[in-house]
Amino acid sequence: MTATDLPLPTPQGTQGVPRVGEEDPRQTKKDFTSDQEVRWCPGCGDYAVLAAVQGFLPDLGLRRENIVFVSGIGCSSRFPYYLETYGMHSIHGRAPAIATGLATAREDLSVWVVTGDGDALSIGGNHLIHALRRNVNLTILLFNNKIYGLTKGQYSPTSDVGTVTKSTPVGSVDQPFNPVSLALGAEATFVARTLDSDRKHLTEVLRAAAEHRGTALVEIYQNCPIFNDGAFQLIKDRDSGRARLAHLVDGEPVRVGEDHVVVRSGGALTVVPETDAEPADVVVHDVAAEEPTQAFALSRLDDPSFAHVPMGIFRQVSRPTYDDQVRAQVDGARASAGGPATDADLADLLHGGDTWTVTG
Amino acid sequence: MSTKPLQRLDRVVIRFAGDSGDGMQLTGDRFTSETATLGNDLSTLPNFPAEIRAPQGTLPGVSSFQLHFADHAVLTPGDHPDVLVAMNPAALKANLADLPRGATVIANTDEFTRRNLAKVGYQASPLDDGSLESWHVHGLPLTSMTVEALADFGLTRKEKERAKNMMALGLLSWMYSRPLEGTEAFLRAKFDRAPELLEANLAALRTGFNYGETTEDFAVRFEVAPAPMAPGTYRTLTGNQAMALGLVTAAHRSGLPLVLGSYPITPASDVLHALSALKRHGITTLQAEDEIGAVGMALGASFGGALGVTSTSGPGLALKAETIGLAVATELPLVVLDIQRGGPSTGLPTKTEQADLLQALHGRNGESPVAVIAPQSPTDCFDIALEAIRIATTYRTPVIVLSDGYLANGSEPWAVPELDDLPGLDVTFATAPNATGEDGQPVFHPFLRDEQTLARPWAVPGTAGLEHRIGGIEKADVTGHISYDPDNHDRMVRLRQAKIDRIAETLPPVEVDDPTGDARVLVLGWGSSYGPIAAATRLVRSAGGRIAQAHLRHLNPFPADLGEVLRRYDRVVVPEMNLGQLAMLLRARYLVDVRSHTAVRGLPFSAAHLAEDLHRDILEVEGDTAGPATTDTPREEVTR
Repeated sequence: MTATDLPLPTPQGTQGVPRVGEEDPRQTKKDFTSDQEVRWCPGCGDYAVLAAVQGFLPDLGLRRENIVFVSGIGCSSRFPYYLETYGMHSIHGRAPAIATGLATAREDLSVWVVTGDGDALSIGGNHLIHALRRNVNLTILLFNNKIYGLTKGQYSPTSDVGTVTKSTPVGSVDQPFNPVSLALGAEATFVARTLDSDRKHLTEVLRAAAEHRGTALVEIYQNCPIFNDGAFQLIKDRDSGRARLAHLVDGEPVRVGEDHVVVRSGGALTVVPETDAEPADVVVHDVAAEEPTQAFALSRLDDPSFAHVPMGIFRQVSRPTYDDQVRAQVDGARASAGGPATDADLADLLHGGDTWTVTG
Repeated sequence: MSTKPLQRLDRVVIRFAGDSGDGMQLTGDRFTSETATLGNDLSTLPNFPAEIRAPQGTLPGVSSFQLHFADHAVLTPGDHPDVLVAMNPAALKANLADLPRGATVIANTDEFTRRNLAKVGYQASPLDDGSLESWHVHGLPLTSMTVEALADFGLTRKEKERAKNMMALGLLSWMYSRPLEGTEAFLRAKFDRAPELLEANLAALRTGFNYGETTEDFAVRFEVAPAPMAPGTYRTLTGNQAMALGLVTAAHRSGLPLVLGSYPITPASDVLHALSALKRHGITTLQAEDEIGAVGMALGASFGGALGVTSTSGPGLALKAETIGLAVATELPLVVLDIQRGGPSTGLPTKTEQADLLQALHGRNGESPVAVIAPQSPTDCFDIALEAIRIATTYRTPVIVLSDGYLANGSEPWAVPELDDLPGLDVTFATAPNATGEDGQPVFHPFLRDEQTLARPWAVPGTAGLEHRIGGIEKADVTGHISYDPDNHDRMVRLRQAKIDRIAETLPPVEVDDPTGDARVLVLGWGSSYGPIAAATRLVRSAGGRIAQAHLRHLNPFPADLGEVLRRYDRVVVPEMNLGQLAMLLRARYLVDVRSHTAVRGLPFSAAHLAEDLHRDILEVEGDTAGPATTDTPREEVTR
């Protein structure tokens, strides 16, 4: 095996995607709303996410025609139809692969993937982890409702052990994935978690994700009112939620509720009353830490009882993206050969190798 | 100059055979290149095990390379070798059955040890026990001759032994009057950074050549005159190389970037390798996490306005089926290269077969028509790649290209085309709304079709005012909105089919080769069996039989006049390396009583066997009026 140094492309954020000019009319939420009737169930958490996305996309300042939403299959995957951008409602689990091809072919697009817990983590698990490790320039919104909605209520790969559904009448036996832990383990450069009903937090996280160059994975806890209603009620409820949520703020100690903190204890993290904590042991959040170890440990604070749930950006680091590097290799090959191939270059290629001439 | 007498031959078939690690493929490649430079027509058949290094000296580890070259047009790698180079007992045993009596065997006696003989079940050495007396056997200690020739080199014995394939190549080059310059240049490039290995290989090559000249073991030298070929510049290409060059040329002429999504699989990986080296030509290659990811990436690139291509073999085509269906529904261009191999399942990864035809046509859920085309020779892969891109971009449809292992690895001379002689490829994207909405404002209807082709507009992201959503769920005709309307679904299913059917309007009529004009039997093939079928046809005709031949490059849709052509004949024979898949399609479509000739041995058809069967067909159809059976010695049958 030989290895070689790669060119290091330096684009940042959404650089390369055309922006709305100063003389252009300001884009509004209406510009991003398609004429299609939204057909999710009444009370579905997807409505809140859609409203937030339609509301904040104009603020990104990117031209509407340069934004593409790619989805897979599932309730959330209807998302692209309701946005007046380009979109593809693809097939089950494959959106990250399709989006990878699109993002690599087109530097001038802001490419989004909308997926769910079944779509991303079950049938599409392979494409998801490979998109994450490659760090393709994608923003992935993973709607996690811990259930299969579109197929009417079977357990999903994020359902708790023992979940009783039509396909598991005596309880599911498989260990669920923690999507944040999975993404961190798959070398993701941006991982965050937010809640469908917290419009402000959702918008902040999505904006940071959209500005991230590389794959940004945002897990959105989303309520399914039909098949898994109240799954996140303990953290949505103002009183019970306050004591359980750990809002991650870069550079700040990680607090749970008002009077608990996260401390190092041996190799793991635990939550203790602030009054009992040695100040030196209190975990200070660092989104840009080179190693994902602490972010991973924070993700492991979750448990099915929602005793403490970190929310916000777990990790946000800069690493060259797959698509930038692939394009840099093509550009580099052209530059070192004196520019894009001409007709004469193609003729030379066809005449390459050992040739011989037959004269008439 | 040689002092030995020269004997002129019109054709020769040589098979180099040895252990997987003996470098037989390289030896064959170099001999091919030397032969091409001399102006012979040629055809090659590499045949190697799926194991990278099977246990040394065993039958499963035998790797071979067959080359047929002649002073006239060559159609196949030849049914039977005139010369077998056997580097060990396993190579002899595995190949002897293909060797007609009277043929020449050159065996490396150093490897005929008791241990190696026992490995393949020889009680005694066949070189000594008289069992080979019907063949001309030359036993040579190739290994020790090589080691001796390299005595002064500071290399290990093992390194010296590895040059024995160059010794064999040198000897064969002498025997058939091939020049060494090309191979010398090749070795210089290959061992650029290892001067000692370079000198050793050059010395082995020249020693082999000189040995032929000086030894009394070989009394004559042979030559094969150049074949008449149209004036022009030529090179040899394998099918996979030709496919890659065709794709690059298509990208260049369309002015679009090409994105290949691929997952390594035998025998398709060389397309990925070749294209990966052509970034300069605007080619992006993405090695995906799996076959599904690979086709997804290609389709995503197509959505973005690039030429999306994915390359695979049969098992990969199975995995890509759902995404190809998505491309059917979204009506985006997509080229899928299926370099077929023996199936089902893992099957015979390194052997050839044509058994994916029905999978290509029908291996998806729902009514999911796609264009299917197949190259008929290694260098036809160049033209078929251009045709695939033409159909995909004109009709906004997936196109499945059915090549196979025989074409992929086989090589033949290729007349390098002038760019001006190649078909143009004009691709246009939608740039403006194409309709007026109820409110009088311009709107874009993503499924408003071109009247002639029925293709929908290709509107790529980044185009203001054409924002739209596509997907796998059924869409309303014209507007592209989600639609569950029964009449709309019926209409869309028929429109997608009609669009594919309309491709036939752009296809040339079936070309029938019938020199006497009164043949009553038509032999019809598709894909890689062209060479063997044409060779069999030649045999039949040289024996006085009347037979017409036609070959299909387009499998879906068929050329418009195919039914009419089939009905002109009393019998239609369809040879295929499957159990009769095209025959089934023809019978269903045209109600013609097609006869199948099938073989699924992982190898191309034997022209001689096929000719015998065709003769029988002619006799049955013509009865007493048939011409004489084999009276002349047909040309393909001439052995040295």
